[in-house]
Amino acid sequence: MRKNIRQEYNEEDSETGNNEGFDDSQDAVSVKRTIVVPGEVIISGEDYLPGEGARRSGENVIASRFGLSEVAGRAVKVIPLFGAYVPRRGNVVIGRVSDITFYGWMINIDSASSGFLPIEESPRFISKEEMDQYLAIGEVVAAKIWSIKTKGIDLSLKGKGLGKLEGGFVFKVIPARVPRIIGKEGSMVNLIKEKTGCNITIGQNGWIWIKGPDMDSEIKARKAIEHVADQVMVEGLTDKMESWFQENK
Amino acid sequence: MAFKRVDGRKFNELRPITAKVGVIPNADGSAIFAFGDNIAIAAVYGPRQLHPQHMQDPKKAYLRVNYDLLSFSVSDRKRPGPNRRAQEISKATEWALSPVIDLSLFPGNVIDVQIYILQADAGTRTAGINAASMALAHAGIPMRDLICSVAAGKQDKELILDLSKEEEDFEEGEGATDFAMAKVANSDEFTLLQLDGKIPPERVKEVLSLVADSAKEIYEAQKKALKEVVTHGNGSN
Repeated sequence: MRKNIRQEYNEEDSETGNNEGFDDSQDAVSVKRTIVVPGEVIISGEDYLPGEGARRSGENVIASRFGLSEVAGRAVKVIPLFGAYVPRRGNVVIGRVSDITFYGWMINIDSASSGFLPIEESPRFISKEEMDQYLAIGEVVAAKIWSIKTKGIDLSLKGKGLGKLEGGFVFKVIPARVPRIIGKEGSMVNLIKEKTGCNITIGQNGWIWIKGPDMDSEIKARKAIEHVADQVMVEGLTDKMESWFQENK
Repeated sequence: MAFKRVDGRKFNELRPITAKVGVIPNADGSAIFAFGDNIAIAAVYGPRQLHPQHMQDPKKAYLRVNYDLLSFSVSDRKRPGPNRRAQEISKATEWALSPVIDLSLFPGNVIDVQIYILQADAGTRTAGINAASMALAHAGIPMRDLICSVAAGKQDKELILDLSKEEEDFEEGEGATDFAMAKVANSDEFTLLQLDGKIPPERVKEVLSLVADSAKEIYEAQKKALKEVVTHGNGSN
């Protein structure tokens, strides 16, 4: 039952707008991408509107982070390519249970502060005695960020595709590349799922869980994802992945 | 000019620069930067939660720099661990880098910068700052600009740039002056001025313009290294 639910997660995730950043979208307006370093002039002109990672200084729009600059029509932004995960409310993340307290579970989500999953936020009632039967230390879980406070991050398991991840394996990619792996409305991850027959859950923190019918397809899915994460400069990668799967049978 | 430097460089010539980004797989950002035989490696971790908690600033992130010479980096083995000199340079580096970093985006967190000198040959703090600046950019930290750093100096009465150890130890005439500086790449701001020795006040302007010129060379090297890590694909991890 849960398997079906989980497969829907990525579609749902992209609908809820978690997939900001870069994907393979090629809109009607011409999009130009170049690598920029902090302080570099992206484009000159009074007309352009600096967005995320960009700022205006007189005539010029200047990059304020290292990444890919994108000029789409009048909008200018810099898409990050590297860096640690910065949590945001509503993100789905994958984490590992690091401790069980009286009120819930501590989850290591590989970010600035660790996550806390309160016992009430599990989808069904769990008594304090059976907490470690439901989620034991070291087990992997997909959870949604419910709130971010200075004290820490609160997680929830209430939602589609969330819950304990059993079997399979987890690996890491650079968190900034996650939107690329998901693709426009989940197109990329759906393609990989389709070609390999694996169940894939992607956390915005860069942790990816794969479970497939056999080891070979799991490894193939992982290779495909790492290939996508590596090819940051290629446009229209979803189409090119078709031929990648042809070559890497 | 009749004046000749020990290694035959021109007075405003830097030692050959090598720069590479993405050298430490486990760090969020990393870089290596060398002026000739003077090699620094930098790693950036974070933003991550700051411990001990009483050091947390609810308004902005804390930039924590740790600079140190590795024990094999100098000809007489250095006793491992931080000393007074390392502490001072850590702090100076922190002040040199923080003006360009947007720390207000990560309140309560820390950005850890580790700088280690693999091989020392005068001007280690400048190489360290250059490496750290690249590593910070590589870690995706929002920055206003990159920082370029180089030491100027004086050998007797001659102004020179990027002193080697031999030049730093020069003792004849007025002796040697070591003037470490860091500059914001695309603006006229200086973020570090550390003078060791003596220099007439009227010549400081001259030194600043010399450094501003060679900072461009360093900036180009940093830019090239950062762009290469994307195009040459440095693995997804």
